[in-house]
Amino acid sequence: MALKVKSNLMDEQMIRRTLMRISHEILERNKGTQNMGIVGIRCRGAYLAKRVAQMIKEIDGGKKVPVGVLDITLYRDDLTMIAACPVVHSTKIDFDVNDKKLVLVDDVLFTGRTIRCALDELIDMGRPECIQLAVLVDRGHRELPIRADYVGKNVPTTRDESVEVRLTEVDGKDEVILLTQEDA
Amino acid sequence: MSEWTRKDLLGLEELSTEEIELILSTAASFKEISTRAVKKVPTLRGKTIVLFFFEPSTRTRSSFEIAAKRLSADTLNITTSSSAIQKGETLKDTFKNIEAMQVDCIILRHSSSGIGHTLSKCVTPSIINAGDGCHEHPTQGLLDMFTIKEKKGSLNNVKVSIIGDITHSRVARSNIWGLKKLGAQVTVCGPRTLLPRDIDKLGVKVTTSLPEALKSADVINVLRIQRERQEAGLFPSLREYAIRFGVTREKLERFARKDVLVMHPGPLNRGIEITPDVADGSYSLILDQVTNGIAVRMAVLYLTLQANADGEEE
Repeated sequence: MALKVKSNLMDEQMIRRTLMRISHEILERNKGTQNMGIVGIRCRGAYLAKRVAQMIKEIDGGKKVPVGVLDITLYRDDLTMIAACPVVHSTKIDFDVNDKKLVLVDDVLFTGRTIRCALDELIDMGRPECIQLAVLVDRGHRELPIRADYVGKNVPTTRDESVEVRLTEVDGKDEVILLTQEDA
Repeated sequence: MSEWTRKDLLGLEELSTEEIELILSTAASFKEISTRAVKKVPTLRGKTIVLFFFEPSTRTRSSFEIAAKRLSADTLNITTSSSAIQKGETLKDTFKNIEAMQVDCIILRHSSSGIGHTLSKCVTPSIINAGDGCHEHPTQGLLDMFTIKEKKGSLNNVKVSIIGDITHSRVARSNIWGLKKLGAQVTVCGPRTLLPRDIDKLGVKVTTSLPEALKSADVINVLRIQRERQEAGLFPSLREYAIRFGVTREKLERFARKDVLVMHPGPLNRGIEITPDVADGSYSLILDQVTNGIAVRMAVLYLTLQANADGEEE
């Protein structure tokens, strides 16, 4: 079924301000960047993670926070249910996760299943001190007991709607849009 | 990116360029897993894989088993001496029985060329060819290509010389088919008696002169002299073979490019087709091949088992 645009939720400026607020909140909650690592979930979460790390560095006087990228394909619980074989990309976390305060970053929080995969994968890599979750959009409809620590925007949606985050790095421009089913 | 739809991997001859590239790029992603503290992902949890090896093997069998275990599949080993084949059961019956135990994948090494093609028509589990007679050894071909690609960035126009017993080599055939599809230039070199007639029809250069094969090569792939398949006396003696076709440091320094890379599928006959100073020296990629074999086999198991599961749903 085709999807049509229902509304624009965020534009470029708003995405930037939101990420800036989240970066401040991360610093506030953790009292700085000590022992911190930021991990983005492929694909768009990875770019958001890089942006947040850059902002944190600017706010906190140039201190660099290590950034990693997580590919959760191999941890999916629906691998055999999706028609085509998903393409596997690599996970790249170059720092030791043991005893780190990890901030996991993704674009949209929906059922919580992606985050479940990411948590399992991170815990397979070691024993972080804690894992916090930052998302640009929380659209509800959780199927697992998972919540975000930092939320860009809460968006009430129906199940058949879809939230799309587009980022310059992949899509050529920054925006968040809400798509809905085309009436038959 | 192309999709993977094959439940079996029987050879590289029937694969498209895109399919080979998909395996190689998937393998690149899997390589990282083996560097983790916990070298395991849950992807193939609940799948059962049987390793059927009717010929001796250390590398291939353990590599497949490690690949399967790092993807969380359960594995079972069957060898000729411990199976009911000894009591006269046919291979088809054995496979039918294994199938009845709800196995998802059978990895098969056997001395009969094309056995995988025949059996794949009889049973539903994925069949992965781990070497069939003198026909193909697709995962060895793939890991050789992966290793070259990792060092050279691409296979396009890379010059590869394959040296040794081409006639009896399934490694050579898989390499030729795969490398040609990805744009490499292949030369085969060996004594005339060990070069198959009409091998040039596969689009390779043929030579019986080792210096010529070494001269222009970016990569040389040295094959093992398969003493178990050498009853017919196709060359006078191992000593003569070593003198004329053995790859030594001295010959490399004299004829080959300075940055030439040397591969060998193992096991090594040190002092026959390759000297220890080459096998253990700076040219050698032999142990990189072994490391990469795990990632390549993980990719093959992931793709074929996923395709097989999709088929069942429909």
